[in-house]
Amino acid sequence: MIISVASGKGGTGKTSVAVNLALLWAEDKNIQFLDCDVEEPNANIFLKCPLDKKEKLNLLKPVIDSDKCIYCQKCAQVCIYNAIAIVSPRPPQTKGKALVFYELCHSCGACSLVCPAGAITETEVEKGVVEEGQCGNIHFIRGLLRESESSPTPLVKAVKKKIDPRKDVIIDASPGTSCPVVEAVEGSDYTVLVTEPTPFGLHDLRLAVEMCRGLKIKFGVVINRSDLGGRQVYDYLKKEEITLLSEIPFSHELAYRYSQGKTFVDLAELKEIFVALKEKIEAEV
Amino acid sequence: MKEIVVVVSGKGGTGKTMFSASLAYLTENKIMADCDVDAANLYLLLKPEIKEKGDFISAQKCFIEEDKCIGCGRCQEVCRFEAVVKEEDKFRIKEIACEGCGACRLVCPQEAINSYQGKNGEWFVADTTYGPFVYARLGVLEENSGRLVTLVKEKARNLALEKRAEYIIVDGPPGIGCPLISSLSGANLALIITEPSLSAISDLERLLNVCSHFRLPALVIINKFDINEDNTDLIAEKCRKRNVEVVGKVPFDRDIPLAIAAQKILVKENPQNSSSQAILSAWKNIRRFL
Repeated sequence: MIISVASGKGGTGKTSVAVNLALLWAEDKNIQFLDCDVEEPNANIFLKCPLDKKEKLNLLKPVIDSDKCIYCQKCAQVCIYNAIAIVSPRPPQTKGKALVFYELCHSCGACSLVCPAGAITETEVEKGVVEEGQCGNIHFIRGLLRESESSPTPLVKAVKKKIDPRKDVIIDASPGTSCPVVEAVEGSDYTVLVTEPTPFGLHDLRLAVEMCRGLKIKFGVVINRSDLGGRQVYDYLKKEEITLLSEIPFSHELAYRYSQGKTFVDLAELKEIFVALKEKIEAEV
Repeated sequence: MKEIVVVVSGKGGTGKTMFSASLAYLTENKIMADCDVDAANLYLLLKPEIKEKGDFISAQKCFIEEDKCIGCGRCQEVCRFEAVVKEEDKFRIKEIACEGCGACRLVCPQEAINSYQGKNGEWFVADTTYGPFVYARLGVLEENSGRLVTLVKEKARNLALEKRAEYIIVDGPPGIGCPLISSLSGANLALIITEPSLSAISDLERLLNVCSHFRLPALVIINKFDINEDNTDLIAEKCRKRNVEVVGKVPFDRDIPLAIAAQKILVKENPQNSSSQAILSAWKNIRRFL
C-alpha cells in the first residue's frame, strides 16, 4: 500500500503528518518512507536516519563546440526552455557565440538531435543526490536537488524507483499541484491532503482535490491548526462530500516541538489523534 | 523603475503572502505581482478588480498518429522523460509525463508525431486599493510553472514602465526549483521570510545558496520568532556569518491567521498590534536597502 501526503499550500503540516504516521505504521512492520520534496527535504530532521548510501543523479546537458557551430540557430529554435542563445558572427570584428544556460536546461536532448553540424555533445551534470538509510523498521529514502538546478521531477522519479512493492510506503510530497507533486503522488493508493482553515488553505486545497480527482486517487483531508481560522474549509468538505480524516488543534507546545525537530506521537493525546487517523486511512483504502 | 523585490521563503507557510500583502499596504508607487502560480493566494487579500486577462499557452504536448506509426520505437529511445510507453504493441505518449520538448518528433522516420497546445492557465492584470496587481492561475496537473512566472513578471515590468512605478513587489513561491528560479531572475532583492524551526532553517540555507549562486542580495525576516528563541538566535548567527542582515522579527500572533481568515491585512486593520508594530519596524529597515 502506498500512502502519499500532499497539500497544495506549503507549511500546512505535510511532513509532520507523514513522519508521525510513518512512526505508527512502523511499530509492527517494515515500511519505506520517501521524502519526495527534493527541493526542501525535511523529514529526516524528525526521523534522524543515518544516510549511509548516496547515489548521484547525473543528467546530460549540451556543450556546443564553437569551432563546429555554423550558427544556424536550429538548436536555439528547438529548445522550448529558452536555454540556448546563438549569437551569429559579424565578420571581420565579432566572432559568433553559443551560450547554454544550464539553470534553464531540462536535459531533453533535442538540441543535439537537431544540430546539422555535429557541434553539440552532451556532458553529465549533477542534478542532485538520492540518499538512503535504515532506522528501526523504516527504510528512509530522499532526494536532494542541487541548489540552482531548476527541474526537480527527474529526482522525484529516481526516488520513486526505490519503491519496494512488498512494503507499505509513505510518501511526503512537495507543496503545489504541478509536475513534481504529480510525479510524487501518482500511483498512490491513497493521498492525505493536509490543509489549514484559512482562505489560503481552502484555495490551495481545492487545487489539490482537483489533482487527486484528475489522477483518480482516493483521498481525505487533515485540518491542521484547526482552531486558527474559520469554517470555510469545513463547509467545503461537507458540500463536496470529502472525508475529514482528522483535526489537529494549534498549541504552542506542538509548535515548539516541531521547531526542535521532535515528533508528536510520543505525546499521549497526539498519539491518540494519529492512531485514529491511521485507522481511518486503513478503512478508506 | 528602481527595484524588483521578491518575497520568498524556501519553506512554505512561513508568512510570505501575509508579508507581501503588508508591503502592498505600506509601499507607495509600486506594482504587485503574485508569482506563486501554483498556489496564488495574494488576490484573496488584495481583492482585485480584473481589468485584463488572457490564456497562458505553454509548451506543446506530443501525440502519436496511430495510422502512421510503424512501431520502430525511436521515439521511446530518445525521450528522456519516460513519456513514451508501449501498450499492447502500440506506442503512446503519456500526456502528464510529456514536457513537449519535441525530441521524438525530430527522430520519427514517419512524421507520425504531432503536437497540440493546450491552455495551461490564465493571467490577470487588475486594479486594487493598493495599486495595480498582476497574477495568474496555473491549471492543475500542469508543468512549466516557471514560464508562467516569467509571463507574470514581464507583464508587471511593462506595467511598471507605463505607470512609472518605482517598485515591483513579487510574492514568490516556496522551494528552490523552477518557479523560484524564474521568480528570482532579474530581481534586485530577495526578502526571505523564515521561522525558527529546524526545517525552516535547513530550507533557508538552501535558499541562501541559490541567492548566492545568482548573486542576488538577500534580507531575512524571522516570523513567529518567539516560538523558539534559541533557534531565532541560531538563524541570526547563521545570517551574520553569511553577511545577510536580519531586518525584522515578528512575534507569533493569533490575530494574523484570524485576519487572513477574514481576508484582512492586519497591519492595516490594527497597526497598534504587537505583530503589526514589528512588521512596520521591519519595513523601516528594508527601506534603507532600497
